[in-house]
Amino acid sequence: MIVFNQVQKSYQVGGRAIPALHPTDMTIETGEVFGIVGHSGAGKSTLVRLINLLEPATGGNILIDNENITRYSAAELRAFRRKVGMIFQHFNLLSSKTVADNIAFPMKLAGVYSKTDIRDRVQELLARVSLLDQADKYPSQLSGGQKQRVGIARALACRPTILLCDEATSALDPQTTQSVLRLLAEINKELGLTIVLITHEMDVVRRVCDRVAVMDGGRVVEMGLVSDVFLHPQHPTTRDFVFESESVDSQERQEDMQKANGRILRLTFKGESTYQPLLGSVARASGVDFSILSGRIDHIKDTPYGQLTLSLVGGDLAVAMSALEAADVHVEVLR
Amino acid sequence: MEALLSNVDWPEIGLASWDTLIMVGMSLLFSVLAGLPIGVLLFLTGKRQLLEQPVAYAVLSFVVNVLRSVPFIILLIVMIPFTVMLIGTSLGVAGAIPPLVAGGAPFFARLVETSLREVDRGIIEATQAMGASVRQIIFGALLPEALPGIIAGITVTAITLVSYAAMSGVIGGGGLGDLAIRFGYQRFQTDVMVITVALLVIFVQVLQMVGDRLVLHFSRK
Repeated sequence: MIVFNQVQKSYQVGGRAIPALHPTDMTIETGEVFGIVGHSGAGKSTLVRLINLLEPATGGNILIDNENITRYSAAELRAFRRKVGMIFQHFNLLSSKTVADNIAFPMKLAGVYSKTDIRDRVQELLARVSLLDQADKYPSQLSGGQKQRVGIARALACRPTILLCDEATSALDPQTTQSVLRLLAEINKELGLTIVLITHEMDVVRRVCDRVAVMDGGRVVEMGLVSDVFLHPQHPTTRDFVFESESVDSQERQEDMQKANGRILRLTFKGESTYQPLLGSVARASGVDFSILSGRIDHIKDTPYGQLTLSLVGGDLAVAMSALEAADVHVEVLR
Repeated sequence: MEALLSNVDWPEIGLASWDTLIMVGMSLLFSVLAGLPIGVLLFLTGKRQLLEQPVAYAVLSFVVNVLRSVPFIILLIVMIPFTVMLIGTSLGVAGAIPPLVAGGAPFFARLVETSLREVDRGIIEATQAMGASVRQIIFGALLPEALPGIIAGITVTAITLVSYAAMSGVIGGGGLGDLAIRFGYQRFQTDVMVITVALLVIFVQVLQMVGDRLVLHFSRK
């Protein structure tokens, strides 16, 4: 468990303290995939670097499994960092070492593994990230996705309990992003590893995270289960991110709504109710006619969800609304 | 042909070439041995680096700049008392080596500093995140990553030392430079001058070629 207790970070610039992270409380549970989303400069990079103290905190306490890491000595900190893997946007592999040597590097630095231990572990990890045939290549000979797989294998070498991902998919194309995210999800499930992932893409959060914190201007402005934050965003920044990820043009949406007749509702449903033939039965029961203005059926991690904007004409609206709510659908009246 | 090169004493030329080789080789060795740690220290104590130390950096940087700004011909003369103290003579091959190192080491140190700065900061950060100590970062990541740049730096330093070594002939340093000055210049033996210059050109060409090959061999980018 990672606990932030009034943690803050500021930089001294020309004698003045410029805050990068305002005092923040936060808890990340063991074994969860925790997303931190924000625009560049929102403080998410600082936040993730506080977890392994690459950036020393200027205030507050960080507890990891009940140990206050902010009080660690230099040697204790080095030992602790071996238990925290990290992957990066630009991979940060050593260009002078082969794939196998890159993966072996953290084990060699630790100085507690035998040569055969290292060799076996490297083989195991190469197989894990499907790169067995690339072991003797140099990073410059690999594609972006392959480089990130090496990065992941390297981060896992010393069997960490936490994996930090710093914009790990931002330099990759959509298809490669998907395969890297799938790999991260697998690792999380199989190894029970806690993953903290920062990104500026809500879509990445939607696919792999359990919970998410939204950052803006050095503060966490919203935090919660991905399904809650994603389907019912409260803060304007969060809304921007959600709309962005759905590539919704708000002006177009306004125009659609103006052309439609009757009441306009937004229905949000998730889990099993996604598969229920609900709209038809509600329409029959209440005599309401509907037309779909916009909609999206997708997955949040493993949970299916849907969000539909409908215009309703005629019939008994109250009956329709109560029938929908009875079926566990969140109803929002937009007009 | 015989008439054209009538003044050229080939065994003498051979001996002088060998002396130049020894002077450049020895001074290169010591320049690298002294310049490498100085360069690493310059890098580490620099602004926003691992061991940022503004005062240490300023002092070190100043010393390096002073040695580099003194024209080598002056450095040769200024160094004479120190050289005598160190090895007993300021003449010959041995006497030339201390001033050559004094000129070569700071030059090489700057080249090392520059090539270390070119190592991606992300790599240093990643190595730090693995729990590496500063020592491990230097030997495990920084130096291997900067190796091609450092080899290029050694090549440039070696070539600079060839011209410095020739210059040391002025104060009786030995080698091809000494030959060029004593025979080519003072006795107007143009043929000796031409031969020594030609040999120096060949020497530099070979150094550059070998250096480029090595850089290519160690580059993985």
